[in-house]
Amino acid sequence: MSHTSAPGENYLTGPKGLKSWLLTVDHKRIGLMYLYTVLSFFLIGGIFALLIRWSLFSPDHKFIDANTYNKFFTYHGAIMVFLVIIPAIPAALGNFILPMMLGAKDVAFPKLNLASYYIFCIGAAFAVSALFFRGADTGWTFYTPYSIRTNTTVILVLCGAFIAGFSSILTGLNFIITTHKLRAKGLTWGRLPLFVWALYATSIIQVLATPVLAITLLLLIFERVFQIGIFDPKLGGDPVLFQHFFWFYSHPAVYIMILPAMGVISEVIPVFSRKPIFGYRAIAYSSFGIALIAFVVWGHHLFVSGQSEFANFLFSLITMFVAVPTGVKVFSWIATMYKGTIRFNAPMLYAFGFLEIFTIGGLTGVFLATLAVDVHLTDTYFVVAHFHYVMVGGTLMGLLAGMHMWFPKMFGKMYSEGAALVGFILVVLGFNITFFPQFILGAQGMPRRYWSYLPEFTFLNQVSTVGSWFLGAGFLWTAIYMGRALFSGAKAPDNPWDSKSLEWQSPSPPPVENFLHEPVVTEWTYEYRPSKA
Amino acid sequence: MFSQAYAAGLPIAASDIASRWDSLYNFLVWLSVFFFILVVGGMIYFAVKFRQRPGARAKYITHNVLIEVLWTIVPLILLMVIFVWGYVVYDDMVRPPSDAMEVRVIGKQWLWQFQYDDGRTTTGEVFVPVNKPVKFIMTSEDVLHSFFIPSFRVKQDVVPGMYTSVWFEATIPGKHQVYCAEYCGTSHSQMLAQVVALTADQWESWKSGKQLLGEIPKAGETAVAKVAGSSDAVTTSQGTTLVKAPNLIEQGQKLAMTRGCVACHSADGSKLQGPSWKGLYGHEVILSDGKKQKVDDNYIRESIENPNAKIVKGFAPLMPTYKGMVSELEMNALIQYIKSVK
Repeated sequence: MSHTSAPGENYLTGPKGLKSWLLTVDHKRIGLMYLYTVLSFFLIGGIFALLIRWSLFSPDHKFIDANTYNKFFTYHGAIMVFLVIIPAIPAALGNFILPMMLGAKDVAFPKLNLASYYIFCIGAAFAVSALFFRGADTGWTFYTPYSIRTNTTVILVLCGAFIAGFSSILTGLNFIITTHKLRAKGLTWGRLPLFVWALYATSIIQVLATPVLAITLLLLIFERVFQIGIFDPKLGGDPVLFQHFFWFYSHPAVYIMILPAMGVISEVIPVFSRKPIFGYRAIAYSSFGIALIAFVVWGHHLFVSGQSEFANFLFSLITMFVAVPTGVKVFSWIATMYKGTIRFNAPMLYAFGFLEIFTIGGLTGVFLATLAVDVHLTDTYFVVAHFHYVMVGGTLMGLLAGMHMWFPKMFGKMYSEGAALVGFILVVLGFNITFFPQFILGAQGMPRRYWSYLPEFTFLNQVSTVGSWFLGAGFLWTAIYMGRALFSGAKAPDNPWDSKSLEWQSPSPPPVENFLHEPVVTEWTYEYRPSKA
Repeated sequence: MFSQAYAAGLPIAASDIASRWDSLYNFLVWLSVFFFILVVGGMIYFAVKFRQRPGARAKYITHNVLIEVLWTIVPLILLMVIFVWGYVVYDDMVRPPSDAMEVRVIGKQWLWQFQYDDGRTTTGEVFVPVNKPVKFIMTSEDVLHSFFIPSFRVKQDVVPGMYTSVWFEATIPGKHQVYCAEYCGTSHSQMLAQVVALTADQWESWKSGKQLLGEIPKAGETAVAKVAGSSDAVTTSQGTTLVKAPNLIEQGQKLAMTRGCVACHSADGSKLQGPSWKGLYGHEVILSDGKKQKVDDNYIRESIENPNAKIVKGFAPLMPTYKGMVSELEMNALIQYIKSVK
């Protein structure tokens, strides 16, 4: 395997021109297009977040009226969930890295991969077009019967999410088949990187759960257009049925968002500790444990919906089990650091950030799984804080860790560690200042989706808003130094982190077909034997 | 039980359930603090102690069965303890005593309306006695709402087309904030109300003040009780005396006559075209398909709005639907009347 850059072309300098990008079937280029698209939506969703926080700076802030506020939190939620967090790691980083980790030239169906990207874009265009009509004000959860009655153009957002779902299904299918069929010689299942395991488990959820969301959204569209009487009680429908359908997808979707981030962390910690991952099998199996349990816990979103007490009993019990494999992962990551030689590069810093934020997110999840405790906390800011800690903190930390780790591979340039440290401090500090006060606000009883609030909640809301500025500044700073690195960063070596994983055994940036020689695997990905050091 | 200092971050605990809730919540807080220190403290300790230094060598460790089993089993046991504790408190939270006083609650964009057994209605404020169990039977006129009283630690979604309930026993008199906790459109954040818990004396004056309110008042013109101060008098903001209204059962009985219900349903047990109401409520009936059905608020409502959905065995599906012809207030009165026919 070559350790020096090959002379000649790589995937970035290969075919030239806009058309060669728009019609590319190269998984690396498609991955980058996903990355740029997702980051653009992250910017839009983030601007809405800052506007929401600014509006909440004081209890009677008249910066935006209630209807506008309701639309803003709907856009923020729908964009972040459907267009950012779900595709961020699998479709952007996964597309680039998965085939390389497997030692493959591309995914199993490269054209389908390109189709997924365009389906995603069409879905996104539908969803975002609502902004130019009467908007949408249902929240990203589209609860009936409000979503049937509202006179906003919620139907465009529903169509968008419906269409984007197909992209998710096709990407999942592509990854599953690629993992089965295109592994390099010697790369047995027991040697696979945990990022692959995580993406594989994620793909299974995407393929099995997304059709349910598609059907649910379609039923809601029909209900709005044809007044059939499925969810609308005025027509004999059951509004709570929608919640069951919706969460049957959207709970597993939470794991679509977090499992890939966990996969990234499982890659980062061993490389930067110079040690094998601790409990490889336990981590791999726990991904599947989480994926499996994910399908039978949706009812924990409905503890106060009017669902039967017996159903609540079962859903609370099963939800508790999610914490076990999650705990196994966290403990295993910490144990991986034990007696290692730890380097504090940006990916590792973000792994630390992940552990801090995700641990709080996970522990507060236990509060919400506990029946009696959930009754008071559900639909308050406690829940808002909890899912931001899990989905945003967790997934974003994973994404940032992954982006920093693979940046040299993707672009052949090094980012500045000093600038990254500043960005890391701003992001992690900003995140905690923004969201930790929201746990207390929720426990005190402040409900979510409130345009105005009682004066006693003012102080903590202001702290939270100030935090959002730090968080925003952190992301802006990150965009600046990453952008600078792109143009004027030092040239990256092929394997700057001295990783054993296959993607690093190719030049940076990789050639069009990924490897100069067909890779052959002879050992476990995490075979970090103590060296001379 | 656990640190009271921390509990200061919570709203006042104004019921026994709320105090028990606080104990469980505080236990979870301290357990979380412990695990947070274990994980993040361990992370920082390892990061510092095992940082890369010249000459340092990483140890080759891949797994350790004992510790892996331990960190699977111990959290599992803890989680099961938390689950059982949470369920036990929840069970009491949702099971009202049989002697609970009932108030009917209607949520609509964007106000709360309360209907009492004596026929009065109020908006935005609901009057209840302290130290007596109170049960709210709730429905919505339009979209989903959620009735949330932080100082009692209870919350229940309010769903159009069906009845849900919430109960509490206030131990502290005074006003308790109510929020709508399920997003319901433009003024969701202004859909507020107060539970006014009255002392025994105040409650007696409120009860005897029947003439105060007869019709549904507009939002903001509701009755206000003087909770603080020496006076126990109950006054209205209008300051006018209104005509005494018939109580809820009388209202229901009158509706049953005027809407023609009594042509087919008797109150004395005699069999007409439809089942008699005598002794019906709270008992089980056998349906035409052989299934059993408990007669509760939701079944009566369904039988009025969609009569042919569940026909009692031995009767023909003759009844027309009354969907859209009975207001939520009237529906409550009818149900309360049928309930009273023993």
